[in-house]
Amino acid sequence: MWKIIISIVPLAIAYTAPLLVIALGGMFSERSGIVNIGLEGLMGVGAFTAALVISKGTGTMGDSIVYIGLLAAALAGGIFSLLHAFASVTMKSDQVVSGTAINILSAAITVYLARSLTGSANIQIISGFIKRDVPVLSSVPIIGPLFFGNAYITTLIVFIIVMISWYMLYRRPFGLRLRACGENPQAADSLGINVLRMRYIGVALSGILAGLGGGIVITTYSGEFSPLIYSGLGFLALAALIFGKWNPWGVLGASLFFGFAKTVADMSKLFESLKGMPNILFNTFPYVVTLIALVVFSKNAAGPRAAGEPYDPGKR
Amino acid sequence: MIKNKIIIPLLAVILGFITGAIVMIITGHDPIEAYTALLKGAGFFGNIKRFGDTLLNTTTLILTGLSVAFAFRTGLFNVGAAGQMLMGGFTAIYIGAAFKLPSYIHAPLAVVGAVLVGAAWAFIPGLLKAKFRIHEVVSTIMMNYIAMWSVYYLVPTLIPGSFNTESRPINPTASLRVEWLTKLFKGSYINIGLVFAIVCIFLIWWILEKTTFGYELKSVGFNIHASRYAGMKVNRNMILSMMIAGALAGTAGATYYLGFADNIKIGVLPTQGMEGIAVALLGLNTPFGVGLTALLFGFMNAGRLFMQASTDVPNELVPIIIAIIIFFAATSLMLKSFVQRVERVYKKNVGDK
Repeated sequence: MWKIIISIVPLAIAYTAPLLVIALGGMFSERSGIVNIGLEGLMGVGAFTAALVISKGTGTMGDSIVYIGLLAAALAGGIFSLLHAFASVTMKSDQVVSGTAINILSAAITVYLARSLTGSANIQIISGFIKRDVPVLSSVPIIGPLFFGNAYITTLIVFIIVMISWYMLYRRPFGLRLRACGENPQAADSLGINVLRMRYIGVALSGILAGLGGGIVITTYSGEFSPLIYSGLGFLALAALIFGKWNPWGVLGASLFFGFAKTVADMSKLFESLKGMPNILFNTFPYVVTLIALVVFSKNAAGPRAAGEPYDPGKR
Repeated sequence: MIKNKIIIPLLAVILGFITGAIVMIITGHDPIEAYTALLKGAGFFGNIKRFGDTLLNTTTLILTGLSVAFAFRTGLFNVGAAGQMLMGGFTAIYIGAAFKLPSYIHAPLAVVGAVLVGAAWAFIPGLLKAKFRIHEVVSTIMMNYIAMWSVYYLVPTLIPGSFNTESRPINPTASLRVEWLTKLFKGSYINIGLVFAIVCIFLIWWILEKTTFGYELKSVGFNIHASRYAGMKVNRNMILSMMIAGALAGTAGATYYLGFADNIKIGVLPTQGMEGIAVALLGLNTPFGVGLTALLFGFMNAGRLFMQASTDVPNELVPIIIAIIIFFAATSLMLKSFVQRVERVYKKNVGDK
């Protein structure tokens, strides 16, 4: 059993890291009052950018190219998300429609560019992050070797982002304002908060984090951009966001939970003791428990109250 | 007002194609050549087989578009057409591949199965909305992925094919292709599903515009509180309209998988589900608008691979254009103010003369 755990946990952690950071992105957007179902597409833009930058820059830049790739991925995601912000904040259009447009557009344009630039729909990278023990944390007994031994440095980066997110959202005026825009924008406006600006920031943060998530996918377990990158990670992040009740620690727990379910589903073929287990159980698990959780929460609405509605100053 | 309503989708389409041309120019392709190839690939220059394939692509989009549009008219946003279509399609393929029956019963049975399972898949979000006020956008997205992973498991377990990523093909008796249509369109994959789709357009129009039931559904879409106050069974209507939307998406699955694909692949959601949102939006959520828009998108989807082969323009140009069109249609506020400005300038000029 220990053997299974020790081989599954690092894989699950590697899978959780991008999932978590994308879900955190969704959290900033929804907390500001903008539903973002375009996370999948923004993740793909980040993945494409990271793959492109790293594959072009390998050799000239040395090891730092991987970090530059991640930064570029975050930047590209942030810029792309402004389309969603423009449509749903400035133009007050339906946020689900705009998110759908983002998803279709990014899946198409990244593959289009990949074909135009490299001749095929795939972009492979040679240099990615190498698994190694995270200093200090990996020497903590039991948890250390499981979570930080033989891990990617990105796991640590994502963990730091969780802490910063919590601090920003619950301990800084910025977070209070952002949350106010998602709960009651009219009240926030009456206190002098620029609702439209806060929502732009929320959406842009979601784009930056989702793009970073895509970059992490490329530089850790995937290693190549291909149309297959659009296989629902962004929507799984959406489920993790809801199951995590729209707060950073909840999202962390939900992402870990879902990351494990996904890894067990993928690995069940390899382990004797798990072979009898049909993969449908683990694969559908995140979505089923999210639906169940919604039913359980439904008495006291869990999500940001104003999420999904365009801001109308004249409305009460 | 009505004139304005039609102008905006038209402008969105034109702007979509212009943006597509700009994308091509930036990436070093010739837009005129590419658009000509797109039209040629879709059979607009007299190739009857290719035109049949345009109608084939139109068929599926009409049905998913109707699914989204119908739900939308009743105040529900069905993002789950992809999952409903996939589950319907899986049922159809299962019935088609696992049983041996004479064709007069086999194909109808497979279609009915697809319709029922599509409706059942949409019943769950409908129930969750009616009973627990869970937003249907979230629940239908979850149902999409539950569908994807269910098919991922069920296909290799129940109807394994020669590759482990797809099912085995259906028996010919379950196919929706009929000889006279195939002959008429010189070997195209066009099938009887087109007739279903056209019938559905009229049926949905009739339900929405000519029946009390449709009136109640629309009324719930306009104002749920007023409808409840007027004594309508709001919860029941919500579930029913979700199920009708699911049934339409299930029919789309039947026509696509029984009429064209012949087997089902695992690990992917059909793209027609999300494109259905685009079709409904651009068709202003009216049955006939959906028909026209589906024809437009159907021709682009039919011609895209031919365009890629003959001009080197990646076929992803077509979804780029579709996404841009949705984007412009969604930001209709921008287009509206533009149209008004043009009208004002035009009136002024006319007034001067």
